[in-house]
Amino acid sequence: MKPEPESDFRAKDLIGIGLGLLMLLALSALTVLIPPAPWKTAVGLAIAGVKIALIGVFFMRLNRSKGLVRVFAAAGLFWLAIMATLVSADYLTR
Amino acid sequence: MNRERHAVTVDLGMWAFLATEMLFFGSLILAYTLYRASYAAAFRAGAREMEFGLGTINTAVLLVSSVCMALADRAVRAGRTRLGFGLLIATGLLGLGFLGIKAFEYHSKAVDHLIPGRHFRAGTSPQLQMFFFLYFAMTGLHALHMILGLGAVAWLIVRLRRGTITPTNAEPLAAVGLYWHFVDCVWVLLYPLFYLPGR
Repeated sequence: MKPEPESDFRAKDLIGIGLGLLMLLALSALTVLIPPAPWKTAVGLAIAGVKIALIGVFFMRLNRSKGLVRVFAAAGLFWLAIMATLVSADYLTR
Repeated sequence: MNRERHAVTVDLGMWAFLATEMLFFGSLILAYTLYRASYAAAFRAGAREMEFGLGTINTAVLLVSSVCMALADRAVRAGRTRLGFGLLIATGLLGLGFLGIKAFEYHSKAVDHLIPGRHFRAGTSPQLQMFFFLYFAMTGLHALHMILGLGAVAWLIVRLRRGTITPTNAEPLAAVGLYWHFVDCVWVLLYPLFYLPGR
């Protein structure tokens, strides 16, 4: 095994994403300073959604994946959306 | 099979597996959503019993572990095997730290009689028990995934040490990395569901 030059190893972008994730967590945690309100859960979940998108795109390398791999990743969310729609339709119309 | 094709096959296989995991955790999150819609007050009361600080610290621990895992993958591919080795050990230690904090939280719930069952805190509503049932089911299954992930990280460390994972054969690292990041994503969703309501 012949090691490649050190210059091939870049860490700044991943560390930057990591710091962004921690800042989003801090933002989510700081919402406890605001009095309880129904919209706070939506904000918390929206921040979680952004964090998951960052992890998926940069750490799980969806930004550099082949189209078919992205389709597989999206398929999971698609099936989940079908399940959520059917269950919600039953719950909301019962 | 050439190297690039092999890498795509590993990615596809892992994402197919993760799609089933999305449905697995998704169904539990859906159950939580429906019960919370019906018993909002009890769920807010349950969330106020959570150790908010520990939950926040644990989220940060997992996020940093994901950074270490992503860096380990890149380091090994760049031929920096020793750095990758250290980053994988850091990933594993952070994972253990997460489980340690979680165990402490479970213990405090046991002390406070908040484990669903016959010894659940007297004078509270059955809906509060439902909140804690979902809490233990969802975080417990997440913790089980963490334990499996730690086993996989240990396997990577051994293989890296033996030299069977190399810059040109780093697919096992990519596969375990996908799993580790996914488990991190699950926790990122559980945090606002269990620690933030009612605050």
